[in-house]
Amino acid sequence: MSGIEIRDLRVVRGGQVVLPGLSVTVEPARVTGLLGPSGSGKTTLMRAIVGVQIVAGGEVLVLGEPAGSPSLRRRVAYITQAPSVYADLTVRENLHYFTRILGLARDRVDAAVDTVALEKEADAVVNRLSGGERARASLATALLGEPEVLVLDEPTVGLDPLLRRDLWNTFHGLAGQGATLLVSSHVMEEAERCDELILLREGGILATGTPAALKERTGAHELDDAFLRLIEAGA
Amino acid sequence: MTAAAVATAVRVLTQLRRDPRTVALIVLVPCLLVTLLRYLFDRQPAVFDRVGGTMLGIFPFLTMFVVTSVTMLRERVTGTLERLMTMPLRKLDILVGYAVAFGVMAVLQSTAVSLLAFSALDLHVQGSRGAVIALAVGNATLGMALGLFASAFARTEFQAVQFMPAIVLPQVLLSGLFVPRDQMAHWLRVISDVFPLTYAYDALSRVTEGRGLGGRFALDLCVTIGATLLALLLGAATLRRRTA
Repeated sequence: MSGIEIRDLRVVRGGQVVLPGLSVTVEPARVTGLLGPSGSGKTTLMRAIVGVQIVAGGEVLVLGEPAGSPSLRRRVAYITQAPSVYADLTVRENLHYFTRILGLARDRVDAAVDTVALEKEADAVVNRLSGGERARASLATALLGEPEVLVLDEPTVGLDPLLRRDLWNTFHGLAGQGATLLVSSHVMEEAERCDELILLREGGILATGTPAALKERTGAHELDDAFLRLIEAGA
Repeated sequence: MTAAAVATAVRVLTQLRRDPRTVALIVLVPCLLVTLLRYLFDRQPAVFDRVGGTMLGIFPFLTMFVVTSVTMLRERVTGTLERLMTMPLRKLDILVGYAVAFGVMAVLQSTAVSLLAFSALDLHVQGSRGAVIALAVGNATLGMALGLFASAFARTEFQAVQFMPAIVLPQVLLSGLFVPRDQMAHWLRVISDVFPLTYAYDALSRVTEGRGLGGRFALDLCVTIGATLLALLLGAATLRRRTA
């Protein structure tokens, strides 16, 4: 397995250069956190990896194939930041639809509902659910198959701390089975839960490495501080 | 039809079932309008027979256009379309799924309004009633396909609704319903020659008025069906896997 390799990725949106020429590698069988302030280019980078972003240049290889290749559509799962499920269907109907699109067995629905702890809400129409429940319903669709790459854009924002811990355990479980996970967040405390980190700022890579290595390099005790020191050092 | 298209059709129908008010509007609005027409021409039953028969196609054409363009636009703006685009399904599967689901609605709607017109409203047509119903469904399906295609050019639901006066009403005005096409200014007639509704309307009026069903009728059917399929193909082509 080869994870995700990005070389000189350049993305321009509406005349603005969002990613001026980014190169980074996402290791396989690891949970990699994509951290950075809002507007740093996290979502654009993720969209380029799943192949829905128009790119101006560079190369994005996912599992050794160009991003967006038809052969990757079964192997890569993606959730957007805003929950993208049908608001007028129940959680179960949503998941059932996506299993049929992905050509999966129906029993995958219950397993996914279980993983995101939505058993009680499974037959509720999504627009009656809270924001956090909707986010979980959306996350469940990414867990339906057995994707080799999961690209999750802020999947745990606003969730209950206990559930957040469980979900991170799920992420690590998937990585343990060999999956490549790229999880974005703008919350530094979540960074501690990642195996690897990519710190993004203004469309460029500020630093990469394990949380421990980043703290050691900067002499900071907290990742928050480490991030600040990296920014100051770079400026 | 592929499994993904069937799944999409079932999904869209389930969504419609959750929204009984929209279903009621789709089915009842044309019924209400035809009833209105019946009493508008209370003293002129012959006029009602002529206009009412073709309206069985025009009203469903209008409502299906608006409903499908707004529904498809919603899929585009809520992020679900982007998610589908990362999944293993063909773009045409999505359009075919929508077309089948709204095709079912078109049958329901056109049948309801036709049955009402033939029974309670005492509408008389020269040709076969079954053919009138079939052509009404064809008109509605054409409106649906044009609506799916038009949604690609709208950014907001407000814009999508504005497409009705912009794209649909000119077709109705030039179809020959208000003024026979050979009495229009020549350049208008040329424009009406490229509007698909002109052909759908002509087919329906030939049946309701009992005029000849020869070569021109065959051409009407071919253009109506061809325009419907072309709009669906163009609609699929406007779906983009990659966006800015």
